[in-house]
Amino acid sequence: MSQSDIHNPDPGSNSTVLKIAGLTKFFGGLRAVHDFDVEIKQGELVGLIGPNGAGKTTIFNMVTSIYPVSEGDIVFKGQDITDLPAHEVTHLGIGRTFQKIRIFPNLTVLDNVRVAYHPHARYNMFDGILRSHRFSQGEREMTERAQEFLAVFGMEDLQDTLASNLPYGAQRRLEIARALATEPELLLLDEPAAGMNPREVVELMELIHFIRDHFALTVFLIEHQMRVVMGICEWITVIDFGEIIARGTPKEIQNDPKVIEAYLGTQATRMVA
Amino acid sequence: MKIRSLPTWLTAALFFLVVGVGFQIVFSQGWLSAYWQQVIMLGTLMAVSALGLNLKYGYAGLFALGHAAFYGIGAYSSALITKDWVTGWSGNPAGGLAGVLAIEVGFILTVVAISYFKIGHLRSQLRDSLSRWLTPFEASVLATAAILVAGVLIIVVIGGGSGWLVRRGVLALVPPVLGALPVAISQQVIFLIALLAGAVLAGLIGFLVGLPLLRLTYDYLCIATLGFGIITYVFFNNADKLIPTMKGARGMVNIPNLTTWPWVFICAAVALVVMRNFIYSSTGRAILSVRDDPTAAETMGINTFKFKTLAYALGCGYAGLAGGLYAHLYSFLHPSNFTWLKSVDPFVMVVFGGVGSMTGTILGAYSFEILLEGLRVLPAEFIDWRYVIYPLILLAVMLFRPQGIMGTKEWGFLKLPSIAKRKREQETSAGAIRAESCASESQED
Repeated sequence: MSQSDIHNPDPGSNSTVLKIAGLTKFFGGLRAVHDFDVEIKQGELVGLIGPNGAGKTTIFNMVTSIYPVSEGDIVFKGQDITDLPAHEVTHLGIGRTFQKIRIFPNLTVLDNVRVAYHPHARYNMFDGILRSHRFSQGEREMTERAQEFLAVFGMEDLQDTLASNLPYGAQRRLEIARALATEPELLLLDEPAAGMNPREVVELMELIHFIRDHFALTVFLIEHQMRVVMGICEWITVIDFGEIIARGTPKEIQNDPKVIEAYLGTQATRMVA
Repeated sequence: MKIRSLPTWLTAALFFLVVGVGFQIVFSQGWLSAYWQQVIMLGTLMAVSALGLNLKYGYAGLFALGHAAFYGIGAYSSALITKDWVTGWSGNPAGGLAGVLAIEVGFILTVVAISYFKIGHLRSQLRDSLSRWLTPFEASVLATAAILVAGVLIIVVIGGGSGWLVRRGVLALVPPVLGALPVAISQQVIFLIALLAGAVLAGLIGFLVGLPLLRLTYDYLCIATLGFGIITYVFFNNADKLIPTMKGARGMVNIPNLTTWPWVFICAAVALVVMRNFIYSSTGRAILSVRDDPTAAETMGINTFKFKTLAYALGCGYAGLAGGLYAHLYSFLHPSNFTWLKSVDPFVMVVFGGVGSMTGTILGAYSFEILLEGLRVLPAEFIDWRYVIYPLILLAVMLFRPQGIMGTKEWGFLKLPSIAKRKREQETSAGAIRAESCASESQED
């Protein structure tokens, strides 16, 4: 799909990227997610919101196979990925970030990104040990691609820095850059704005729009800050206690009495004001 | 020319040349007593073993306590090979070699066959096709039974068959071929083969043990690998029931004394360079990412279990290589050298030197051996105090420098190749060449 298609989205002809049906998760006797379904089309920017403990991250963890699915199906681009191991889900084209930052703290910024290229490495372990020609070629190629990526995120000067020494906002950006380096078609962002100050949040919203257009992505995101969700999502699904309570455009959600009761509460009054 | 501006491989080669030749001169001139020569060789081979543990624990983050077991496997298997060549305990001088190689080839081919036929995948396919006629339960039981039979067949036919062929081939070919060489040379060749065979056997057993155990993490993994260490110790203690020449608890004797400084040094140098190149490659980065955050590594498309197993098996191979060198250093092996308590030694070296640092691991290995032996200069009535003084030093290091002597820092050519620095160097060297050519031009004028 070319970029011009993204700029002129035609909802009628867009194909489904992710289709979740009847997704349920039990932790022992606790039903964390019940009968969740969603259908995301190519190029959409979709939000998933809900109060703390509603099961949002659990859904992401099931989509990326970090948790096994109790019941239900997850179909990505027509392929059933419910029982695939996590790394194969990534190979198919689902990238994600985490609520609590999970960069590789003891690797440099460049190496954090280069890890993503390992499954496509043009050389094997023995080339590495013998430092063969294939090794230096493959390594140079990986490095150049990773540097291009870091340049997009304005981090090319930080490439030799240990990731743990980065400031918080840069760690978030690195995590997104790293997820994009796996060349996903669907990007799952788990609370990307968590812990950011208002200026950083504005930058993040611009960044999400930018990467969606630049990399022709479909984005599914969890967010706590209402400003972010309302500002960038095309439509939103709201869950509470693991069940869907509302679905619609940001405007519809804002005015849905069930959502206000379950989730927005006092925040709603602040937003109206 | 400053040393800093030399290319990495050249500094490494110079370093190895100076250390290797330097110690060779010191040893051959008799400036060190035979006892201290042994201590330095022991320190060097323990550095190889500790590098293996550093790969498991420092790089892959696997808290595993069975290192001495693999050290012992390497020691005993290589000793069986060389001892057979010298004394012919099995009736054929290549008997030990044939046995070990048969096990290894059979094992490798079995693993290759099982992964080639995708046994696990076949089971679900068979179950699905059977469930057309049978209930799901019956289909599942039948499919599992069929796959088990197929697995046993693969092990017997492919593993056993190839092992038998290799054994026959080695028994028939090796004695006449190597026997044609002068004794001194054929012994060295057999020693080299024995070291490699011991390392490979330790690595393969590490792989086999890792398959079930590496699904565990942290202290659970520690206890499980400890269990394997105890099993191996019991096996060594009773090994004379299986192979009489291993002599079980009485200790294996008459192992040819083949470990010399060049052998230890070259093995250690190769092991170090391989480790450095391995860890600073894409595979190494994948292993480091698994240590730093397994969940994130999975979502980056890294098969964490595969890389844990790889690091574990390779680390065990390093222990096996060190064990082979050890066996031929003292020409005597006793099971008590391979108890699980001995697994703590490399741990101490790694933690003392710095977890995740090759430089630190090597420093740790030498300081461990040299301090423990060096403290023997104490008067006879105080000699046992070295086991008090050394732990006190350890305590002090852990209190004042908990990250170990080196932390995660490296020296010289063991440093992570820095991209930005390399760019700068290229620019400056290009500038220097330009300046030089300008100078030569002006001279010509």
